[in-house]
Amino acid sequence: MSKVLVILETAGGQLRPHCLPGITCAQEIARATGGELHLLVLGADPAAAASAIAQAGYGAAGVHTLAAAALEPFTAEAWADAIVHAIKTLGITHVGGTASSTLRDALPRAAAVLDAPLVSEVVRVKSADTFTRPVSSGRALLDIKVNAPVVAFTARGTEFEPAQPGGSVAVSALPGPQVNTRGVQVKGVQKTESSRPALTEAKVVVSGGRGMKEGANFKILEQLTDLLGGALGASRAATDAGMVPADLQVGQTGKIVAPDLYIAVAISGAIQHLAGMKGSKTIVAINKDEEAPIFQIADYSLVAKWEEAIPKLIELIKARKGAA
Amino acid sequence: MKILVTVKRIPDPDESLKFAGGGLDYSASKWVANAFDEYGVETALRLAEVVGGTQRLAEVIVLSICPEGQRQHMTQFLAMGGDRGVIVDADPDKLDTVAVSKLIAAVFKKEACDLLIAGKLSQDNEGNQVAQRVAGLLNLPQACFAATVAWDQTNSALTVTREVDDGVETKRVPLPAVLSVDLRIVLPKSVSNGSTPATHAYNEGPRLASLKGITMAKRKPVAVLKPADLGVTLTTTEAPAGVSAPPARKAGQKVTTVEMLFDKLTKEAKVL
Repeated sequence: MSKVLVILETAGGQLRPHCLPGITCAQEIARATGGELHLLVLGADPAAAASAIAQAGYGAAGVHTLAAAALEPFTAEAWADAIVHAIKTLGITHVGGTASSTLRDALPRAAAVLDAPLVSEVVRVKSADTFTRPVSSGRALLDIKVNAPVVAFTARGTEFEPAQPGGSVAVSALPGPQVNTRGVQVKGVQKTESSRPALTEAKVVVSGGRGMKEGANFKILEQLTDLLGGALGASRAATDAGMVPADLQVGQTGKIVAPDLYIAVAISGAIQHLAGMKGSKTIVAINKDEEAPIFQIADYSLVAKWEEAIPKLIELIKARKGAA
Repeated sequence: MKILVTVKRIPDPDESLKFAGGGLDYSASKWVANAFDEYGVETALRLAEVVGGTQRLAEVIVLSICPEGQRQHMTQFLAMGGDRGVIVDADPDKLDTVAVSKLIAAVFKKEACDLLIAGKLSQDNEGNQVAQRVAGLLNLPQACFAATVAWDQTNSALTVTREVDDGVETKRVPLPAVLSVDLRIVLPKSVSNGSTPATHAYNEGPRLASLKGITMAKRKPVAVLKPADLGVTLTTTEAPAGVSAPPARKAGQKVTTVEMLFDKLTKEAKVL
């Protein structure tokens, strides 16, 4: 029988919400393979987070914890040790979770130690042994058939619904493994402080590109973003030019987003940018160049200068809010 | 120090894809170097050279797994400034990632390297896993998705900033180690080796091969190995089982005024 294990990330004793689509993908794999779902919580003291997760259950047969001081702060080295240990101890056949920077870092390392193939950025569980993933900037969907005792996967967060709570389960602590960081030191993460929702979780994303010309001009996009309760994004051209921090980049090498509304302002629409946002429900493109490739995938195309269009759009939205 | 850099050739990512017979037809494609591998080689060269001096701090070995007869990209990377090449003669499309990672790890060990540099992903397959896997196989520390790297020669360590979902993480790894590079590694001041003056700003992006570099590249040694020479047994833990085009988006509409856009968004799309 198959046993599917999801590697979860927690913060402040709670599950990080970006992990929920990965649980859904794992549920689908468990269903397709006729197996059980298991959840793993790693950390220096994962008990509190694990019990909160066990309350929610998510249809799992068990929640497991693995505690070791070396698991915090996150390092791929120590996490891969822990993941390998858990897979061997529990007899796991499938291991994965949402494709976050954490799992993209640690999971291939663990998979290599186990001679396991890893299917990256799964968008669909096609059958028990075949998974679909995008390639070539999302311009093609590749089906990968796997054949190995242990198979690893990361799930693209935008392609699976967040898992819903259901059926609480028990927590069991796995005996402590030998984990170590191989002499690395993590000197902390410099976070971009923002009161806005996370780019990958926001219902509305407003992104600016090269045509914004300079960082100061993003102020007006921020105004629009906040009015809509959304998150601010950018194209690579804008982040490379230093207009906004790199972690706002949407695209093949940045964040993959799929909000209800994506507003691309002064973005030409390179393939690499489209790869990061074309799953959005409604796409609006505002660009003064009518030849811009972004218009080919936009639901609503407006050929206009942002300097004129955005203030007017803000005004209309404000007027509507005032009237409501 | 010995730096091993992995490179591969890919179908030109700017050409449109041709779907044929349940797969992709690359028979008429132009083949180019994977951009992230160019960033990897540029990183290695910036670590190895001393700008303003003649000293070389590291040997840069370029590794590609490719059919021996399709090695133009190897010549290109040697022309950029790599010191020598290693080719593992095999068709990478017929290898699984398990085997590819083992081949790279085997070359790293055989050459007794101190640092592996790999692009974060290849633009065609987008697996984003080879560097991490090789680090696991070699039991070495890893620093993936690097945006900047600083080499502390005295203490034989790298300080790397990595782009993670929440921001930028600073990680210090002792050598030997494995590094995967993201695109910002080729900004003017992303790489420092402690010997090139800290004030030096590189041109943005990977360097172009000079005419002299191109001439010299033809004389640089390139070793050709078979997978069996490296003691690696090839596996088939994964295989492609079909390719399809993603569902097309429904055709969009042109709006001529901001008022019209606002009207569509509120009444038709109902997203405002």
